[in-house]
Amino acid sequence: MKLPPFEYACPTTINEAVALLANHSGEAKPLAGGQSLMPMMAFRVAQPSLLVDLRKLPGLKEIKIGPDGVRLGALVRWRDILDDNRLAAAHPLLKEAVSHVAHYQIRNRGTVGGSCAHADPASEMPGIAQTCDAGITAMGKSGTRTIKAVDFFQGALTTALKPDEIITEVHLPAWPEARRYGFQEFARRRGDFAMAGVALYYDVEGGKAANAHIGVFGVGDCQRRLPKAEAALNGKAVDEALAVKVGEAAAAEAEPQEDIHASAAYRRALTGTLTERALKAAAARPVK
Amino acid sequence: MTTKFEVNGKQVSVDVEPRLTLADCLRHELRLTGTHIGCEHGVCGACTVLVDGEAVRSCLILAVQAEGAKITTVEGLSNDADLTPLQKSFRKHHALQCGFCTPGFITTAHALLTEEPDCDADRVREVLSGNICRCTGYIGIVDAVLEARAAYKK
Repeated sequence: MKLPPFEYACPTTINEAVALLANHSGEAKPLAGGQSLMPMMAFRVAQPSLLVDLRKLPGLKEIKIGPDGVRLGALVRWRDILDDNRLAAAHPLLKEAVSHVAHYQIRNRGTVGGSCAHADPASEMPGIAQTCDAGITAMGKSGTRTIKAVDFFQGALTTALKPDEIITEVHLPAWPEARRYGFQEFARRRGDFAMAGVALYYDVEGGKAANAHIGVFGVGDCQRRLPKAEAALNGKAVDEALAVKVGEAAAAEAEPQEDIHASAAYRRALTGTLTERALKAAAARPVK
Repeated sequence: MTTKFEVNGKQVSVDVEPRLTLADCLRHELRLTGTHIGCEHGVCGACTVLVDGEAVRSCLILAVQAEGAKITTVEGLSNDADLTPLQKSFRKHHALQCGFCTPGFITTAHALLTEEPDCDADRVREVLSGNICRCTGYIGIVDAVLEARAAYKK
């Protein structure tokens, strides 16, 4: 469908953008890459009275890599992540996850900040943010604050963002070189929304898994970590039998939804299988 | 809103409502009807154009967002003298039947081959997965793009 009518503003400073959002009492929306918001408007799921285009705001397109991790500007596109060779070492899990995001043309426009603000339950980026304990920084009329991923994502298309707040940065904590990781996603066709997906990592201490992080997306109404499955992994040597066991724990802990794409039972089984595969891939990956 | 951008090498100025997509602007304001509109919500790829050289879905970008950009449509990828190597390859491999999706495939393939003239069949399939064709079964399209690689190598 054609888009419903709205007003359009393209501010050049973030203060101006925040003021525009604040003055429209929840009826305005920031526009980043538009790859989710535009379809939402075409379907009349969203009908903002004002779109505040963020494309001229300075300083939001950078990928900064430092000792404290990776900082992704809100307007960093999927394509920028895939093209950045530094990320292969600085955050290989992020890079692998982003290669699963939608399609070629979408990856040329879609942004990190837009995906987090949209918070589709099946999206990869919120899954990575949850798995990796990301900090999401937003600026609003009362200032700047950083929200932990676990507090930021509150449900399907629901976040802790206030109507006048704009995400400026997503921070992923530092990634040790020897960390082991796995990423698995299942969709009927490449680029479709995930029916279920798993992102996980763990460090190895004395031959055993430690600091396990296991996150799911496309399962339930929000991306989240699975602490019981993580507990089943921590302190143990990873082998095939353990991968099966952790997969079973993940399946038991998941809270899958049922929709036209898959039943809850199918999603639960998928969660187990994908966790098992991700863990096997993590264990098999050569580490420097 | 008055918006200026470049289309196929020519400067244009249009006066459009913010809600007009770039796809509709190209077709209805600029009469460049080579860009086709299928789903209007970013699924089918028929409306793919190049914005500053990158393939994007023109139904998911507003005309007003194109301010200052260089747009290339399927019309800009052909010439009156002869078929381009990509067009020739599409004809040779029967990479189209009804032709509705073809502008999107041509623009997408052109962007891919310009950026990655050495791409392999898996990469071609992965990139073309963002475009839907309901006639060919894709085999001919993949073959056409693979053969056209030679013309893009420097």
